[in-house]
Amino acid sequence: MVGTTQYLVLGAVLFCIGVAGVFIRRNAIVVFMCIELMLSAVSLTFIALSRSQGSIDGQIFVFFIMTVAAAEAAVGLAIILSLYRRRQTINVDEFDLLKW
Amino acid sequence: MEQQLFWLWGGIAVISAVMMILKRNPVHSALCLVVVFVSLALLYVLLGAEFLAAVQVIVYAGAIMVLFLFVIMLLNLETEVRSQGLSRVAFKACSLAGTGLLLLLLLGGGAVKALRAMAPEQVSGVPGNTQAVAELLFTKYLLPFEVTSILLLAAIVGALVLAGKRD
Repeated sequence: MVGTTQYLVLGAVLFCIGVAGVFIRRNAIVVFMCIELMLSAVSLTFIALSRSQGSIDGQIFVFFIMTVAAAEAAVGLAIILSLYRRRQTINVDEFDLLKW
Repeated sequence: MEQQLFWLWGGIAVISAVMMILKRNPVHSALCLVVVFVSLALLYVLLGAEFLAAVQVIVYAGAIMVLFLFVIMLLNLETEVRSQGLSRVAFKACSLAGTGLLLLLLLGGGAVKALRAMAPEQVSGVPGNTQAVAELLFTKYLLPFEVTSILLLAAIVGALVLAGKRD
């Protein structure tokens, strides 16, 4: 039997790899994929804790996380597409629209 | 047996995640992320969440990653250009993420201890199957489930408005 702690540590490690990816990468799509990785790491934490608590409410939360991730992917990729149409690039360093 | 499977799939997940953030070609990154999602689905099976494992493979590894690959190939991207002084930025980012990991483990350790004190660990006897999930989803969580459909509708409309052809 694998302990809950091991799953939690694995989830934390995956989450932090995602954070590092968001900082390191310059490609907007890859940054977006790192965010998906962070969401998945949190899902793993939810499922592990739901097992240790003996209830399946945590699994329902993961279901909703997946729905939100799908909606987020659709909208986010649409934003990236329309940014690419305007700027011909998806390098996140080039996007300084909110700076003045 | 379970222990070995955990280490195998957890190791694959961590290694592919590291590969994902190191590969410079976005298509390679996407394929590494698919491997991470599949190994996470296998870990869900170990945790007794078979339904979510299936949904993880179908929705994440299937639908969402196909969407990502579509966009990557539509944009016809060249490999990422390294911006100047990246290694310094990378070093800072990695140290920041490492510090965050340490903090997370320390704080999380306290939280887990508190949770254990609240409810003693009862690992077996969790009905992680599809029927149990469905029963909870359509009784206790019926309203959030319905709200989710509105969220998806909004996402579809938003995606069409943002990416649709403009005159």
